[in-house]
Amino acid sequence: MTISLYTVSDYAVSCTDIVKTYPKGNVRALDGVSLNVPRGQVFGLLGPNGSGKTTMVRILATILAPTSGLATVNGFDVVKQAKKVRETIGLAGQYATVDPNLTGYENLYMIGRLNHLEKAVVRQRATELLEQFNLTDAGHRSLKTYSGGMRRRLDLAAALVGRPPILFLDEPTTGLDPQSRQDLWGAIEGLVETGVTVLLTTQYLEEADRLAKQLVVLEKGKIIAEGTPAQLKARLGTTVLALTFHSLDDAARGAALIADLSDSPANRDGTVVEITVNSGPRTAAEALRRIDAQQIALDGLALREPSLDDVFLSLTGHKAEDVVVDTAAPRGRKDRS
Amino acid sequence: MKFSSLKWAINDSMTMAKRNILALVRVPTSLVFAVLQPIMFVLLFRYVFGGGAIQVNIPGGYVNYLIPGILVQTTIFGSVSTAIGLAEDLEKGLIERLRALPIARMAVLTGRTISDLLRNLMILIVITGIGFAVGFRPGGGPLHYVEASAIMLAFAYCLSWGFAYIGLIAPNAEAAQAMTFPLIFPLTFASGIFVQVSSMPSWLQGFAGNQPVTMVTKAVRSLMLGTPVGNTLWVSLAWSIGVLLVLAPLTVAKFRRAT
Repeated sequence: MTISLYTVSDYAVSCTDIVKTYPKGNVRALDGVSLNVPRGQVFGLLGPNGSGKTTMVRILATILAPTSGLATVNGFDVVKQAKKVRETIGLAGQYATVDPNLTGYENLYMIGRLNHLEKAVVRQRATELLEQFNLTDAGHRSLKTYSGGMRRRLDLAAALVGRPPILFLDEPTTGLDPQSRQDLWGAIEGLVETGVTVLLTTQYLEEADRLAKQLVVLEKGKIIAEGTPAQLKARLGTTVLALTFHSLDDAARGAALIADLSDSPANRDGTVVEITVNSGPRTAAEALRRIDAQQIALDGLALREPSLDDVFLSLTGHKAEDVVVDTAAPRGRKDRS
Repeated sequence: MKFSSLKWAINDSMTMAKRNILALVRVPTSLVFAVLQPIMFVLLFRYVFGGGAIQVNIPGGYVNYLIPGILVQTTIFGSVSTAIGLAEDLEKGLIERLRALPIARMAVLTGRTISDLLRNLMILIVITGIGFAVGFRPGGGPLHYVEASAIMLAFAYCLSWGFAYIGLIAPNAEAAQAMTFPLIFPLTFASGIFVQVSSMPSWLQGFAGNQPVTMVTKAVRSLMLGTPVGNTLWVSLAWSIGVLLVLAPLTVAKFRRAT
Protein backbone atom coordinates (compact mmCIF):
# COMPACT_ATOMS: atom_id res chain seq x y z
CA MET A 1 0.00 0.00 0.00
CA THR A 2 1.41 3.36 -0.98
CA ILE A 3 -0.93 5.08 1.43
CA SER A 4 1.26 4.25 4.45
CA LEU A 5 3.99 6.44 2.95
CA TYR A 6 1.95 9.58 3.52
CA THR A 7 1.30 11.46 6.69
CA VAL A 8 -2.02 13.29 6.96
CA SER A 9 -0.71 16.71 5.89
CA ASP A 10 0.87 15.19 2.81
CA TYR A 11 -2.54 14.81 1.28
CA ALA A 12 -3.67 17.57 -1.01
CA VAL A 13 -7.18 17.19 0.37
CA SER A 14 -8.20 15.38 3.49
CA CYS A 15 -11.57 15.21 5.14
CA THR A 16 -13.09 13.36 8.02
CA ASP A 17 -16.75 12.71 8.65
CA ILE A 18 -18.12 15.59 6.63
CA VAL A 19 -21.83 16.08 7.17
CA LYS A 20 -23.92 18.71 5.42
CA THR A 21 -27.59 19.02 6.23
CA TYR A 22 -30.11 21.51 4.98
CA PRO A 23 -32.81 22.30 7.50
CA LYS A 24 -35.15 23.11 4.61
CA GLY A 25 -36.69 19.83 3.52
CA ASN A 26 -34.56 17.95 6.05
CA VAL A 27 -32.00 17.05 3.40
CA ARG A 28 -28.79 15.28 4.34
CA ALA A 29 -26.64 16.13 1.33
CA LEU A 30 -23.49 14.60 2.84
CA ASP A 31 -23.68 11.96 5.49
CA GLY A 32 -20.25 11.34 6.99
CA VAL A 33 -17.83 11.47 4.08
CA SER A 34 -14.13 10.84 4.73
CA LEU A 35 -11.54 10.83 2.01
CA ASN A 36 -7.85 11.50 1.36
CA VAL A 37 -6.59 12.82 -1.94
CA PRO A 38 -2.88 12.13 -2.61
CA ARG A 39 -0.88 14.83 -4.35
CA GLY A 40 -0.14 14.95 -8.04
CA GLN A 41 -2.92 12.79 -9.38
CA VAL A 42 -6.56 12.86 -10.42
CA PHE A 43 -8.94 11.74 -7.70
CA GLY A 44 -12.42 10.95 -8.88
CA LEU A 45 -15.72 11.54 -7.12
CA LEU A 46 -18.21 9.44 -9.02
CA GLY A 47 -21.95 9.58 -8.49
CA PRO A 48 -25.31 10.35 -10.04
CA ASN A 49 -27.19 13.65 -9.73
CA GLY A 50 -28.01 14.41 -6.13
CA SER A 51 -25.35 12.14 -4.66
CA GLY A 52 -23.58 15.06 -2.97
CA LYS A 53 -20.62 15.53 -5.33
CA THR A 54 -21.15 19.23 -5.89
CA THR A 55 -21.83 19.84 -2.20
CA MET A 56 -18.49 18.17 -1.41
CA VAL A 57 -16.63 20.39 -3.90
CA ARG A 58 -18.36 23.52 -2.62
CA ILE A 59 -17.32 22.70 0.94
CA LEU A 60 -13.71 22.07 -0.11
CA ALA A 61 -13.69 25.29 -2.15
CA THR A 62 -14.84 27.24 0.99
CA ILE A 63 -18.09 28.24 -0.66
CA LEU A 64 -20.16 26.28 1.81
CA ALA A 65 -19.45 25.46 5.45
CA PRO A 66 -19.94 21.85 6.53
CA THR A 67 -22.50 21.16 9.25
CA SER A 68 -19.89 19.03 11.00
CA GLY A 69 -16.63 17.29 10.27
CA LEU A 70 -13.14 18.46 9.41
CA ALA A 71 -11.72 19.21 5.97
CA THR A 72 -8.28 20.45 5.02
CA VAL A 73 -6.97 21.53 1.65
CA ASN A 74 -3.21 21.75 1.31
CA GLY A 75 -3.13 21.40 5.11
CA PHE A 76 -5.41 24.40 5.70
CA ASP A 77 -8.76 24.12 7.45
CA VAL A 78 -11.54 25.05 5.00
CA VAL A 79 -13.50 26.86 7.69
CA LYS A 80 -10.85 28.47 9.89
CA GLN A 81 -8.28 29.16 7.19
CA ALA A 82 -10.60 29.75 4.27
CA LYS A 83 -8.48 32.53 2.79
CA LYS A 84 -5.36 30.35 2.77
CA VAL A 85 -7.35 27.62 1.05
CA ARG A 86 -8.58 30.08 -1.59
CA GLU A 87 -4.99 31.01 -2.37
CA THR A 88 -4.14 27.42 -3.25
CA ILE A 89 -7.13 26.24 -5.25
CA GLY A 90 -8.67 26.66 -8.65
CA LEU A 91 -12.33 25.88 -9.34
CA ALA A 92 -14.00 25.10 -12.63
CA GLY A 93 -17.29 23.45 -13.23
CA GLN A 94 -20.21 22.21 -15.15
CA TYR A 95 -21.64 25.69 -15.31
CA ALA A 96 -18.86 27.71 -16.80
CA THR A 97 -19.03 30.72 -14.54
CA VAL A 98 -17.15 33.02 -16.85
CA ASP A 99 -18.66 36.42 -17.60
CA PRO A 100 -20.51 36.34 -20.92
CA ASN A 101 -20.29 40.10 -21.36
CA LEU A 102 -16.50 40.13 -21.43
CA THR A 103 -14.00 38.70 -23.89
CA GLY A 104 -11.98 35.58 -23.09
CA TYR A 105 -8.91 37.69 -22.36
CA GLU A 106 -10.85 40.06 -20.12
CA ASN A 107 -12.25 37.16 -18.13
CA LEU A 108 -8.78 35.76 -17.51
CA TYR A 109 -7.45 39.22 -16.69
CA MET A 110 -10.22 39.82 -14.16
CA ILE A 111 -9.69 36.50 -12.40
CA GLY A 112 -5.93 37.06 -12.43
CA ARG A 113 -6.24 40.45 -10.79
CA LEU A 114 -8.63 39.00 -8.23
CA ASN A 115 -5.96 36.37 -7.56
CA HIS A 116 -3.75 39.34 -6.64
CA LEU A 117 -1.27 38.93 -9.44
CA GLU A 118 0.51 42.04 -10.73
CA LYS A 119 -0.85 43.53 -13.94
CA ALA A 120 2.16 42.61 -16.08
CA VAL A 121 2.10 39.03 -14.78
CA VAL A 122 -1.63 38.70 -15.47
CA ARG A 123 -1.27 39.98 -19.03
CA GLN A 124 1.41 37.42 -19.79
CA ARG A 125 -0.46 34.62 -18.02
CA ALA A 126 -3.73 35.38 -19.83
CA THR A 127 -2.02 35.30 -23.22
CA GLU A 128 -0.21 32.09 -22.31
CA LEU A 129 -3.39 30.34 -21.16
CA LEU A 130 -5.37 31.38 -24.23
CA GLU A 131 -2.66 29.77 -26.32
CA GLN A 132 -2.52 26.66 -24.15
CA PHE A 133 -6.27 26.12 -24.52
CA ASN A 134 -6.43 26.94 -28.21
CA LEU A 135 -8.34 30.15 -27.67
CA THR A 136 -5.85 32.68 -28.99
CA ASP A 137 -7.94 33.53 -32.05
CA ALA A 138 -11.10 33.91 -29.98
CA GLY A 139 -9.34 35.63 -27.09
CA HIS A 140 -10.54 39.11 -27.93
CA ARG A 141 -14.03 38.14 -29.00
CA SER A 142 -17.09 38.34 -26.78
CA LEU A 143 -17.98 35.08 -25.05
CA LYS A 144 -21.32 35.21 -26.83
CA THR A 145 -19.51 33.86 -29.89
CA TYR A 146 -18.00 30.92 -27.99
CA SER A 147 -19.21 27.32 -28.27
CA GLY A 148 -19.95 25.26 -25.15
CA GLY A 149 -16.59 23.54 -25.41
CA MET A 150 -14.74 26.85 -25.75
CA ARG A 151 -16.46 28.27 -22.70
CA ARG A 152 -15.58 25.21 -20.69
CA ARG A 153 -11.93 25.48 -21.78
CA LEU A 154 -11.90 29.14 -20.83
CA ASP A 155 -13.45 28.26 -17.47
CA LEU A 156 -10.64 25.77 -16.89
CA ALA A 157 -8.08 28.36 -18.00
CA ALA A 158 -9.59 30.86 -15.55
CA ALA A 159 -9.19 28.34 -12.75
CA LEU A 160 -5.49 28.08 -13.63
CA VAL A 161 -4.58 31.77 -13.78
CA GLY A 162 -3.15 31.78 -10.27
CA ARG A 163 -1.20 28.50 -10.89
CA PRO A 164 -3.04 26.66 -8.10
CA PRO A 165 -1.45 23.39 -6.98
CA ILE A 166 -4.92 21.96 -6.33
CA LEU A 167 -7.75 22.05 -8.82
CA PHE A 168 -11.42 21.21 -8.27
CA LEU A 169 -13.29 20.24 -11.42
CA ASP A 170 -17.00 19.80 -10.94
CA GLU A 171 -18.38 17.73 -13.83
CA PRO A 172 -16.11 19.48 -16.32
CA THR A 173 -17.38 17.63 -19.38
CA THR A 174 -21.10 17.22 -18.65
CA GLY A 175 -23.07 18.28 -21.69
CA LEU A 176 -20.05 18.46 -24.02
CA ASP A 177 -19.77 16.78 -27.40
CA PRO A 178 -17.33 13.84 -27.67
CA GLN A 179 -14.56 15.84 -29.36
CA SER A 180 -14.67 18.67 -26.80
CA ARG A 181 -14.67 16.06 -24.07
CA GLN A 182 -11.55 14.43 -25.50
CA ASP A 183 -9.85 17.82 -25.74
CA LEU A 184 -10.65 18.64 -22.14
CA TRP A 185 -9.44 15.23 -20.96
CA GLY A 186 -6.16 15.84 -22.76
CA ALA A 187 -5.84 19.24 -21.07
CA ILE A 188 -6.49 17.74 -17.62
CA GLU A 189 -3.90 15.02 -18.19
CA GLY A 190 -1.41 17.67 -19.25
CA LEU A 191 -2.00 19.54 -15.99
CA VAL A 192 -1.44 16.47 -13.84
CA GLU A 193 1.91 15.95 -15.59
CA THR A 194 2.97 19.35 -14.26
CA GLY A 195 2.26 18.18 -10.70
CA VAL A 196 -1.23 19.59 -10.17
CA THR A 197 -3.63 17.63 -7.97
CA VAL A 198 -7.10 17.35 -9.44
CA LEU A 199 -10.30 16.48 -7.61
CA LEU A 200 -12.78 15.61 -10.30
CA THR A 201 -16.47 14.92 -9.97
CA THR A 202 -18.22 13.09 -12.72
CA GLN A 203 -21.28 11.08 -13.64
CA TYR A 204 -19.35 9.17 -16.26
CA LEU A 205 -17.57 5.94 -15.48
CA GLU A 206 -15.61 6.32 -18.69
CA GLU A 207 -14.27 9.68 -17.56
CA ALA A 208 -13.30 8.43 -14.11
CA ASP A 209 -11.67 5.41 -15.72
CA ARG A 210 -9.65 7.50 -18.15
CA LEU A 211 -8.47 10.18 -15.71
CA ALA A 212 -8.66 9.08 -12.10
CA LYS A 213 -6.00 7.09 -10.32
CA GLN A 214 -8.28 6.58 -7.35
CA LEU A 215 -11.94 7.16 -6.91
CA VAL A 216 -14.82 7.03 -4.51
CA VAL A 217 -18.41 6.34 -5.45
CA LEU A 218 -20.98 8.53 -3.72
CA GLU A 219 -24.62 7.78 -3.30
CA LYS A 220 -27.08 9.81 -1.25
CA GLY A 221 -24.23 11.57 0.55
CA LYS A 222 -22.36 8.42 1.49
CA ILE A 223 -19.30 6.72 0.07
CA ILE A 224 -20.44 3.30 -1.11
CA ALA A 225 -17.20 2.17 -2.74
CA GLU A 226 -13.61 3.28 -3.14
CA GLY A 227 -10.47 2.12 -4.85
CA THR A 228 -8.72 2.31 -8.17
CA PRO A 229 -10.85 2.19 -11.31
CA ALA A 230 -9.40 -1.28 -11.96
CA GLN A 231 -10.47 -2.52 -8.52
CA LEU A 232 -13.95 -1.16 -9.01
CA LYS A 233 -14.26 -2.69 -12.39
CA ALA A 234 -13.01 -6.01 -11.11
CA ARG A 235 -15.73 -5.91 -8.49
CA LEU A 236 -18.19 -4.93 -11.09
CA GLY A 237 -17.13 -7.07 -13.98
CA THR A 238 -15.79 -5.44 -17.08
CA THR A 239 -18.59 -6.18 -19.48
CA VAL A 240 -22.35 -6.22 -19.48
CA LEU A 241 -24.06 -9.12 -21.18
CA ALA A 242 -27.55 -8.19 -22.32
CA LEU A 243 -29.97 -10.89 -23.47
CA THR A 244 -33.33 -10.12 -25.01
CA PHE A 245 -35.87 -12.93 -24.65
CA HIS A 246 -39.01 -13.59 -26.60
CA SER A 247 -41.39 -13.37 -23.65
CA LEU A 248 -41.47 -12.28 -20.02
CA ASP A 249 -41.78 -15.89 -19.04
CA ASP A 250 -38.68 -16.86 -20.98
CA ALA A 251 -36.82 -13.91 -19.50
CA ALA A 252 -37.58 -15.12 -15.96
CA ARG A 253 -36.43 -18.66 -16.76
CA GLY A 254 -33.36 -17.40 -18.60
CA ALA A 255 -32.37 -15.07 -15.75
CA ALA A 256 -32.44 -17.99 -13.32
CA LEU A 257 -30.31 -20.11 -15.65
CA ILE A 258 -27.49 -17.58 -15.98
CA ALA A 259 -27.62 -16.00 -12.51
CA ASP A 260 -24.51 -17.80 -11.27
CA LEU A 261 -22.37 -16.47 -14.16
CA SER A 262 -22.12 -13.07 -12.44
CA ASP A 263 -21.10 -11.97 -8.94
CA SER A 264 -23.78 -9.30 -8.87
CA PRO A 265 -27.53 -9.73 -9.27
CA ALA A 266 -29.08 -9.88 -12.72
CA ASN A 267 -31.02 -6.82 -13.82
CA ARG A 268 -34.29 -7.72 -15.50
CA ASP A 269 -36.22 -5.06 -17.37
CA GLY A 270 -39.15 -6.49 -19.31
CA THR A 271 -37.79 -9.13 -21.65
CA VAL A 272 -34.19 -7.87 -21.29
CA VAL A 273 -31.86 -9.50 -18.78
CA GLU A 274 -28.47 -7.96 -18.03
CA ILE A 275 -25.57 -9.32 -16.02
CA THR A 276 -22.08 -7.94 -15.50
CA VAL A 277 -19.32 -10.41 -16.31
CA ASN A 278 -15.54 -10.48 -16.30
CA SER A 279 -15.02 -12.34 -19.51
CA GLY A 280 -17.61 -11.30 -22.05
CA PRO A 281 -17.28 -13.73 -24.97
CA ARG A 282 -16.66 -16.81 -22.82
CA THR A 283 -19.60 -16.06 -20.53
CA ALA A 284 -21.80 -15.22 -23.50
CA ALA A 285 -21.02 -18.61 -25.07
CA GLU A 286 -21.79 -20.39 -21.79
CA ALA A 287 -25.05 -18.47 -21.39
CA LEU A 288 -26.07 -19.37 -24.93
CA ARG A 289 -25.32 -23.08 -24.33
CA ARG A 290 -27.49 -23.15 -21.21
CA ILE A 291 -30.37 -21.25 -22.81
CA ASP A 292 -30.18 -23.34 -25.97
CA ALA A 293 -30.20 -26.57 -23.93
CA GLN A 294 -33.53 -25.53 -22.43
CA GLN A 295 -34.78 -24.55 -25.90
CA ILE A 296 -35.59 -21.00 -24.89
CA ALA A 297 -35.84 -18.54 -27.79
CA LEU A 298 -33.56 -15.47 -27.82
CA ASP A 299 -34.38 -12.28 -29.71
CA GLY A 300 -31.05 -10.63 -29.15
CA LEU A 301 -27.66 -10.73 -27.48
CA ALA A 302 -25.24 -7.88 -26.84
CA LEU A 303 -22.03 -7.20 -24.96
CA ARG A 304 -21.34 -3.65 -23.82
CA GLU A 305 -19.14 -1.61 -21.50
CA PRO A 306 -20.62 -1.09 -18.04
CA SER A 307 -22.29 2.26 -17.39
CA LEU A 308 -22.61 4.14 -14.14
CA ASP A 309 -26.03 2.55 -13.76
CA ASP A 310 -24.36 -0.85 -13.79
CA VAL A 311 -21.93 0.26 -11.10
CA PHE A 312 -24.78 1.29 -8.92
CA LEU A 313 -26.77 -1.78 -9.60
CA SER A 314 -23.77 -3.88 -8.74
CA LEU A 315 -22.92 -1.91 -5.57
CA THR A 316 -26.35 -1.27 -4.17
CA GLY A 317 -28.63 -3.77 -5.82
CA HIS A 318 -30.78 -0.98 -7.21
CA LYS A 319 -30.53 1.55 -10.00
CA ALA A 320 -29.08 5.01 -9.41
CA GLU A 321 -32.00 7.25 -8.61
CA ASP A 322 -32.04 10.69 -10.04
CA VAL A 323 -32.60 12.47 -6.76
CA VAL A 324 -32.05 16.14 -7.38
CA VAL A 325 -30.91 17.83 -4.21
CA ASP A 326 -31.32 21.38 -5.32
CA THR A 327 -30.46 23.03 -2.02
CA ALA A 328 -26.75 22.78 -2.78
CA ALA A 329 -27.05 24.68 -6.01
CA PRO A 330 -26.67 28.42 -6.39
CA ARG A 331 -29.91 30.31 -6.76
CA GLY A 332 -31.70 30.13 -10.04
CA ARG A 333 -30.27 26.75 -10.94
CA LYS A 334 -32.56 23.81 -11.13
CA ASP A 335 -30.47 20.96 -12.38
CA ARG A 336 -27.39 20.91 -10.27
CA SER A 337 -26.65 18.17 -7.77
CA MET B 1 -6.78 45.92 8.58
CA LYS B 2 -3.19 45.80 7.43
CA PHE B 3 -2.09 48.23 4.74
CA SER B 4 -1.46 45.48 2.20
CA SER B 5 -4.89 43.93 2.70
CA LEU B 6 -6.48 47.37 2.39
CA LYS B 7 -4.55 47.87 -0.84
CA TRP B 8 -5.84 44.57 -2.20
CA ALA B 9 -9.38 45.33 -1.03
CA ILE B 10 -9.26 48.50 -3.11
CA ASN B 11 -7.72 46.60 -6.02
CA ASP B 12 -10.49 43.98 -5.85
CA SER B 13 -13.23 46.64 -5.71
CA MET B 14 -11.74 48.46 -8.69
CA THR B 15 -11.39 45.21 -10.66
CA MET B 16 -15.04 44.42 -10.00
CA ALA B 17 -16.15 47.97 -10.85
CA LYS B 18 -14.16 47.86 -14.09
CA ARG B 19 -15.76 44.57 -15.03
CA ASN B 20 -19.25 46.01 -14.40
CA ILE B 21 -18.49 49.09 -16.50
CA LEU B 22 -17.18 46.91 -19.33
CA ALA B 23 -20.38 44.86 -19.25
CA LEU B 24 -22.38 48.10 -19.31
CA VAL B 25 -20.55 49.34 -22.38
CA ARG B 26 -20.73 45.94 -24.14
CA VAL B 27 -24.47 45.62 -23.62
CA PRO B 28 -25.58 49.23 -24.01
CA THR B 29 -29.28 48.32 -24.18
CA SER B 30 -29.78 48.72 -20.44
CA LEU B 31 -27.98 52.06 -20.48
CA VAL B 32 -30.03 53.27 -23.45
CA PHE B 33 -33.28 52.44 -21.67
CA ALA B 34 -31.98 53.91 -18.43
CA VAL B 35 -31.62 57.19 -20.34
CA LEU B 36 -34.83 56.90 -22.35
CA GLN B 37 -37.03 56.59 -19.30
CA PRO B 38 -36.07 59.94 -17.73
CA ILE B 39 -36.29 61.57 -21.17
CA MET B 40 -39.91 60.38 -21.31
CA PHE B 41 -40.49 61.86 -17.87
CA VAL B 42 -38.96 65.15 -18.95
CA LEU B 43 -41.17 65.35 -22.06
CA LEU B 44 -44.28 64.16 -20.23
CA PHE B 45 -44.03 66.61 -17.37
CA ARG B 46 -42.59 69.49 -19.38
CA TYR B 47 -45.18 69.44 -22.16
CA VAL B 48 -48.19 67.35 -21.08
CA PHE B 49 -48.64 68.15 -17.39
CA GLY B 50 -46.44 71.23 -17.37
CA GLY B 51 -48.37 72.96 -20.12
CA GLY B 52 -50.37 74.82 -17.51
CA ALA B 53 -51.87 72.07 -15.38
CA ILE B 54 -49.12 72.42 -12.81
CA GLN B 55 -48.51 75.86 -11.38
CA VAL B 56 -45.40 76.76 -9.46
CA ASN B 57 -44.25 80.08 -8.22
CA ILE B 58 -40.58 80.24 -9.14
CA PRO B 59 -38.53 82.25 -11.63
CA GLY B 60 -38.41 80.64 -15.07
CA GLY B 61 -41.60 78.69 -14.50
CA TYR B 62 -42.26 74.98 -14.25
CA VAL B 63 -39.34 73.75 -16.37
CA ASN B 64 -36.91 75.20 -13.83
CA TYR B 65 -38.84 73.47 -11.07
CA LEU B 66 -39.09 70.18 -12.91
CA ILE B 67 -35.60 69.44 -14.22
CA PRO B 68 -33.73 69.41 -10.86
CA GLY B 69 -36.48 67.10 -9.57
CA ILE B 70 -36.27 64.76 -12.57
CA LEU B 71 -32.49 64.58 -12.10
CA VAL B 72 -32.98 63.48 -8.49
CA GLN B 73 -35.60 60.94 -9.56
CA THR B 74 -33.30 59.64 -12.29
CA THR B 75 -30.38 59.04 -9.94
CA ILE B 76 -32.67 57.28 -7.45
CA PHE B 77 -34.02 55.03 -10.22
CA GLY B 78 -30.40 54.52 -11.27
CA SER B 79 -29.44 53.22 -7.85
CA VAL B 80 -31.94 50.38 -8.38
CA SER B 81 -29.47 48.90 -10.88
CA THR B 82 -27.41 47.78 -7.88
CA ALA B 83 -30.19 45.38 -6.91
CA ILE B 84 -30.53 44.11 -10.48
CA GLY B 85 -26.80 43.70 -11.10
CA LEU B 86 -26.17 41.80 -7.88
CA ALA B 87 -29.17 39.52 -8.42
CA GLU B 88 -27.89 38.77 -11.93
CA ASP B 89 -24.39 37.91 -10.77
CA LEU B 90 -25.80 35.63 -8.09
CA GLU B 91 -28.07 33.95 -10.60
CA LYS B 92 -25.26 33.37 -13.08
CA GLY B 93 -23.06 31.80 -10.41
CA LEU B 94 -20.35 34.40 -10.87
CA ILE B 95 -20.36 35.36 -7.21
CA GLU B 96 -19.90 31.69 -6.39
CA ARG B 97 -16.71 31.61 -8.42
CA LEU B 98 -15.55 34.82 -6.74
CA ARG B 99 -16.10 33.24 -3.35
CA ALA B 100 -13.47 30.62 -4.11
CA LEU B 101 -10.94 33.39 -4.84
CA PRO B 102 -8.80 35.09 -2.17
CA ILE B 103 -10.58 38.43 -2.63
CA ALA B 104 -11.86 40.91 -0.08
CA ARG B 105 -15.49 39.88 0.40
CA MET B 106 -16.69 43.49 0.42
CA ALA B 107 -15.28 44.02 -3.08
CA VAL B 108 -18.35 42.52 -4.73
CA LEU B 109 -20.53 45.15 -3.04
CA THR B 110 -18.16 48.11 -3.23
CA GLY B 111 -17.30 47.33 -6.87
CA ARG B 112 -20.97 47.15 -7.76
CA THR B 113 -21.96 50.36 -5.97
CA ILE B 114 -19.00 52.25 -7.46
CA SER B 115 -19.83 51.18 -11.02
CA ASP B 116 -23.47 52.11 -10.45
CA LEU B 117 -22.33 55.53 -9.23
CA LEU B 118 -20.41 56.02 -12.48
CA ARG B 119 -23.40 54.79 -14.45
CA ASN B 120 -25.57 57.34 -12.64
CA LEU B 121 -23.07 60.07 -13.46
CA MET B 122 -23.25 59.21 -17.18
CA ILE B 123 -27.05 59.30 -17.13
CA LEU B 124 -27.03 62.54 -15.17
CA ILE B 125 -24.89 64.22 -17.82
CA VAL B 126 -27.23 63.13 -20.62
CA ILE B 127 -30.36 64.25 -18.82
CA THR B 128 -28.76 67.57 -17.97
CA GLY B 129 -28.31 68.08 -21.71
CA ILE B 130 -31.94 67.14 -22.34
CA GLY B 131 -33.01 69.55 -19.61
CA PHE B 132 -31.20 72.44 -21.24
CA ALA B 133 -32.70 71.48 -24.59
CA VAL B 134 -36.26 71.82 -23.26
CA GLY B 135 -35.64 75.24 -21.76
CA PHE B 136 -34.09 74.63 -18.34
CA ARG B 137 -32.17 77.81 -17.41
CA PRO B 138 -30.74 77.51 -13.88
CA GLY B 139 -29.35 80.69 -12.41
CA GLY B 140 -27.12 79.22 -9.73
CA GLY B 141 -23.92 79.00 -11.77
CA PRO B 142 -21.81 76.02 -12.79
CA LEU B 143 -20.12 75.45 -9.41
CA HIS B 144 -23.44 75.16 -7.65
CA TYR B 145 -24.64 72.89 -10.43
CA VAL B 146 -21.73 70.54 -9.78
CA GLU B 147 -22.34 70.74 -6.05
CA ALA B 148 -26.02 69.90 -6.54
CA SER B 149 -25.06 66.94 -8.76
CA ALA B 150 -22.66 65.69 -6.11
CA ILE B 151 -25.40 65.86 -3.46
CA MET B 152 -27.86 63.76 -5.45
CA LEU B 153 -25.21 61.27 -6.56
CA ALA B 154 -24.11 60.84 -2.96
CA PHE B 155 -27.70 60.20 -1.88
CA ALA B 156 -28.22 57.69 -4.70
CA TYR B 157 -24.93 55.97 -3.82
CA CYS B 158 -26.03 55.54 -0.21
CA LEU B 159 -29.40 54.18 -1.38
CA SER B 160 -27.49 51.68 -3.57
CA TRP B 161 -26.34 49.91 -0.43
CA GLY B 162 -29.96 49.42 0.55
CA PHE B 163 -30.94 48.20 -2.90
CA ALA B 164 -27.99 45.81 -2.75
CA TYR B 165 -29.85 44.12 0.11
CA ILE B 166 -32.84 43.57 -2.18
CA GLY B 167 -30.49 42.16 -4.83
CA LEU B 168 -29.25 39.63 -2.30
CA ILE B 169 -32.65 38.40 -1.20
CA ALA B 170 -34.44 38.46 -4.58
CA PRO B 171 -34.74 35.12 -6.40
CA ASN B 172 -33.73 36.69 -9.75
CA ALA B 173 -33.04 39.98 -11.47
CA GLU B 174 -36.64 40.60 -12.59
CA ALA B 175 -37.92 40.04 -9.06
CA ALA B 176 -35.21 42.33 -7.69
CA GLN B 177 -36.40 45.12 -9.95
CA ALA B 178 -40.06 44.53 -9.08
CA MET B 179 -39.26 44.53 -5.36
CA THR B 180 -37.81 48.02 -5.54
CA PHE B 181 -40.96 49.58 -7.04
CA PRO B 182 -43.00 49.78 -3.80
CA LEU B 183 -40.08 51.71 -2.32
CA ILE B 184 -39.09 54.09 -5.07
CA PHE B 185 -42.56 55.05 -6.29
CA PRO B 186 -43.87 56.58 -3.04
CA LEU B 187 -40.46 58.08 -2.35
CA THR B 188 -40.19 59.84 -5.71
CA PHE B 189 -43.85 60.70 -6.43
CA ALA B 190 -45.00 61.62 -2.93
CA SER B 191 -42.26 64.21 -2.84
CA GLY B 192 -41.45 67.67 -4.06
CA ILE B 193 -39.99 66.34 -7.31
CA PHE B 194 -42.90 67.06 -9.68
CA VAL B 195 -45.29 69.27 -7.74
CA GLN B 196 -45.12 71.48 -4.70
CA VAL B 197 -45.93 69.58 -1.52
CA SER B 198 -48.36 72.36 -0.52
CA SER B 199 -50.64 71.28 -3.39
CA MET B 200 -51.07 67.79 -1.90
CA PRO B 201 -53.83 66.76 0.54
CA SER B 202 -52.94 67.68 4.08
CA TRP B 203 -52.64 64.05 5.27
CA LEU B 204 -49.88 63.47 2.70
CA GLN B 205 -48.02 66.70 3.34
CA GLY B 206 -46.50 65.50 6.60
CA PHE B 207 -44.73 62.64 4.82
CA ALA B 208 -44.10 64.29 1.48
CA GLY B 209 -42.73 67.48 3.00
CA ASN B 210 -40.19 65.86 5.25
CA GLN B 211 -39.06 62.66 3.61
CA PRO B 212 -35.44 62.46 2.42
CA VAL B 213 -36.14 62.65 -1.32
CA THR B 214 -37.95 65.95 -0.86
CA MET B 215 -35.06 67.29 1.23
CA VAL B 216 -32.51 66.26 -1.41
CA THR B 217 -34.69 67.73 -4.17
CA LYS B 218 -35.04 71.02 -2.32
CA ALA B 219 -31.29 71.25 -1.78
CA VAL B 220 -30.53 70.37 -5.41
CA ARG B 221 -33.14 72.77 -6.78
CA SER B 222 -32.04 75.67 -4.58
CA LEU B 223 -28.39 75.18 -5.51
CA MET B 224 -29.14 74.93 -9.23
CA LEU B 225 -31.52 77.88 -9.33
CA GLY B 226 -29.44 80.00 -6.98
CA THR B 227 -32.15 80.44 -4.36
CA PRO B 228 -31.55 80.22 -0.58
CA VAL B 229 -30.58 76.68 0.42
CA GLY B 230 -31.49 77.02 4.08
CA ASN B 231 -30.85 73.85 6.08
CA THR B 232 -31.81 71.48 3.24
CA LEU B 233 -28.19 70.91 2.24
CA TRP B 234 -27.19 69.62 5.66
CA VAL B 235 -30.39 67.70 6.15
CA SER B 236 -29.81 65.95 2.79
CA LEU B 237 -26.26 65.02 3.69
CA ALA B 238 -27.39 63.80 7.09
CA TRP B 239 -30.00 61.59 5.39
CA SER B 240 -27.40 60.19 3.01
CA ILE B 241 -24.98 59.34 5.78
CA GLY B 242 -27.79 57.99 7.96
CA VAL B 243 -29.08 55.74 5.17
CA LEU B 244 -25.57 54.43 4.55
CA LEU B 245 -24.83 53.83 8.23
CA VAL B 246 -28.05 51.89 8.73
CA LEU B 247 -28.31 49.95 5.46
CA ALA B 248 -24.69 49.15 4.59
CA PRO B 249 -24.03 47.04 7.71
CA LEU B 250 -27.31 45.17 7.14
CA THR B 251 -26.35 44.46 3.54
CA VAL B 252 -22.81 43.40 4.41
CA ALA B 253 -24.12 41.06 7.10
CA LYS B 254 -26.65 39.61 4.66
CA PHE B 255 -23.95 39.18 2.02
CA ARG B 256 -21.74 37.25 4.42
CA ARG B 257 -24.60 34.95 5.32
CA ALA B 258 -26.29 34.62 1.93
CA THR B 259 -23.40 33.91 -0.38
